[in-house]
Amino acid sequence: MRHRVVVTGMGVFAPNGHGLEAYESALRNGTSGIRRIPELEELKFSCQVAGVPENLDEASTRYFTEEQLVSMNSSIRMAAIAAIDAWRDGGLEAPGDDSENVDWDAGAIVGTGIGGMDTIGERLVPLVNAGKVRRLGSTAVEQIMASGVSARISGLLALGNQVTTNSSACSTGAEAILDATYRIRHGLAKRMLAGGSEGVSRYIWAGFDAMRVLNRTRNDEPEKASRPMSASAAGFVPGSGAGILLIESLDSAVERGAKIYAEVAGGAINCGGHRMGGSMTAPNPTGVQRCIQAALADANLTGSDIDAINGHLTATFADPHEIKNWAKALGRPAQELPLVNATKSLIGHALGAAGGLESVACVLQVHKGFVHGSVNCEDLHEELKPFESRIVQQTREVPDLTVQAKASFGFGDVNACVLFKKYDCN
Amino acid sequence: MSKEDVFSKVVDILGKYSKTEISADSITMETSILDDLKINSARLVDIVLDFEDAFDIEVDDDDADSVATVGDGVNLIMAKI
Repeated sequence: MRHRVVVTGMGVFAPNGHGLEAYESALRNGTSGIRRIPELEELKFSCQVAGVPENLDEASTRYFTEEQLVSMNSSIRMAAIAAIDAWRDGGLEAPGDDSENVDWDAGAIVGTGIGGMDTIGERLVPLVNAGKVRRLGSTAVEQIMASGVSARISGLLALGNQVTTNSSACSTGAEAILDATYRIRHGLAKRMLAGGSEGVSRYIWAGFDAMRVLNRTRNDEPEKASRPMSASAAGFVPGSGAGILLIESLDSAVERGAKIYAEVAGGAINCGGHRMGGSMTAPNPTGVQRCIQAALADANLTGSDIDAINGHLTATFADPHEIKNWAKALGRPAQELPLVNATKSLIGHALGAAGGLESVACVLQVHKGFVHGSVNCEDLHEELKPFESRIVQQTREVPDLTVQAKASFGFGDVNACVLFKKYDCN
Repeated sequence: MSKEDVFSKVVDILGKYSKTEISADSITMETSILDDLKINSARLVDIVLDFEDAFDIEVDDDDADSVATVGDGVNLIMAKI
């Protein structure tokens, strides 16, 4: 038996808004969360802008006790804020430390791409190199272990089902949602928190800067720096934040009278094997197309059923290739491609959190019937001109939006595609 | 520094790691750090590091292992300042 899986809660801590209301408003209005980061200029980064959520410290004091904050770096704090928000949005109560009630039917798969680099860079490495290992205290391990993000969420919400952290570079968040979906489908859990988080740290961004894959041409115009699908796209803008869905078996959602945002109709995960044009840093086009087609098959849908695509679309040379892969995989000519948008134009590329943050955008769009505009592609890339009518630059209402595809592709040639569908009780 | 001052500083430090609201009035020298103040045992390491910083002392591992009550901490510090 395959249980149907629905989205019953969401939490988002994004560069352009904390909470569903603020995030939806920012998406609809084209409000950018990308800002100049003076520290990056001092450190001679080529890219000196980033997508960083505002007011993390202030929010942290509202959500956590002093005792909890002793061991929560930026990635863990943002993941925990989004998880608590998703849990409450789903109508569930966060138990206090005094409660001994564990929810054995609820778990979390919350991933991260790079992990607790702020803790590693600012505490671990300096103290170890200075011969002061002892001064690390007890709080280093729980912040730098890859599973630190999910482990903390489990403690805050008393989750007793599978609690783990996945990591597949930039496909992490989307992969987490699918892995959690499979668990619920198979009846192994009733509800799961799923998504991704990525911290705020120069140590996370430095390696990408050195690879020259970040935009270094618009440091004085931060809001114009993230330019997916643009002819002047010159690399991605690093982002951070957390986006988490509460997904649940339809039976459980109906039984407890939960609101249902959308159905996770299906999806697929694969890898291009670093062959046929794929490599550590470039996707094998056949792998991408197979992933999209496998997602359709899993959801029992065809290419013509897809109404909108929220692409990976990072603002590198790969964007035109991605759009062509969508057209091929869905079997639709350029003028009939589903509507396309790129949330990264507003928040940058949040790496392991990207799939989570962008899935929240997708579910909002499917639930409310709109497609937010992609900014900064008014000078559309030459190879994307045939698709121009399908690329949404101004937010538009799409009341009959039924299925939106969310894809994330990552270093390592890994792919994940999730299909969100308007909930139909039949 | 008086024993009362040390006690008061120790209570402040413990407050940061306690899972319950600590009221200074209810804490005595006999109060158990782990059981009564609901402090995770792993955090004893951090508490001792905070003692070192706050009182400019050094605490070796054996001394650190002997701290179970608030009084153990206060007496350890008093012996070193």
